[in-house]
Amino acid sequence: MSNEWPLWEVFIRGQHGLSHRHVGSLHASDAEHALQNARDVYTRRKEGVSIWVVPAADITASAPEDKGSFYDPADDKVYRHPTFFDIPDDVGAM
Amino acid sequence: MSVEGLLRLGDNTLVLGQRLSAWCGHAPALEEDIALANIALDLIGQTQLWLGLAAAREGQGRDADTLAFHRDAWDFRNLLLVEQPNRDFGVTMMRQFLFDTWHLAALTALTEHADADISAIAQKAVKEVTYHRERSTDTVIALGDGTEESHNRMQSALDRLWPYVGEMFASDDADLTNMAALRAPFDTHVTATLAEATLVRPDSDFAHMGGKTGVRHSEHLGHMLATMQVLPRSYPDAKW
Repeated sequence: MSNEWPLWEVFIRGQHGLSHRHVGSLHASDAEHALQNARDVYTRRKEGVSIWVVPAADITASAPEDKGSFYDPADDKVYRHPTFFDIPDDVGAM
Repeated sequence: MSVEGLLRLGDNTLVLGQRLSAWCGHAPALEEDIALANIALDLIGQTQLWLGLAAAREGQGRDADTLAFHRDAWDFRNLLLVEQPNRDFGVTMMRQFLFDTWHLAALTALTEHADADISAIAQKAVKEVTYHRERSTDTVIALGDGTEESHNRMQSALDRLWPYVGEMFASDDADLTNMAALRAPFDTHVTATLAEATLVRPDSDFAHMGGKTGVRHSEHLGHMLATMQVLPRSYPDAKW
């Protein structure tokens, strides 16, 4: 529908030290309005300490049909995982 | 310490919270629907605090629920503005903007109140209402300076509601702060917002009175209370 507000994607940082995570989308007339709507729709239960909103039209996404060329080549390259190293115990959780 | 003054604050938030909750499921956009429901819940939460304190100070064995559900229209001490019907979204948001602007000024003053309970409630509520005012201000600007249709609706909403502005600043001894002193900050914010919204402030400052004193509520309050109170009055021990 042409008279709908533009679509925005919403990213929220749950707590200090974690990165913003995509939580969903919403409609809003401009960026400030999108922030307010995101606050009302996605942080009602103390989900976040920081909000990013991005016009959905400005996001360039990979296409599902590229799956073969994009992701399959990584299937047989287990050596890219750092699982062949012994980690000293006193390093702690990584 | 004025129980009457506490009732005025709690009845404002109760009546407006009830009014706003009627939009749930009906607002023009999903996001606005959720936002209005959030604001309604903020106001009902503030009501529990104000009426709870009023009941405690009154000391007659009543609680916030008794005051909300078992008083009649003439016992209510809310402003006439908040009992005005929702009508269209423009009227609802203009009513919200005018109330929020007064409410934020009143709560800001009350954060300094000598009574620690009153000041504590005001300090909690002022954070919520800061956001309410930001949101309703932006909506008034967006719709006022929007399409010809939205502009006309916002101007007619302003014309319709302006006669209810004056009562907010009619101060007497029962008020917990000097309401007349809030007129200047109110005017500053309203004038700036209306200019940006391309809306014209009505010439007449005629004001309907009688809500906060309980002397003369409009006919709308009784109808609203009938809906709001029917369940607890029909089933007094009902739990839900």
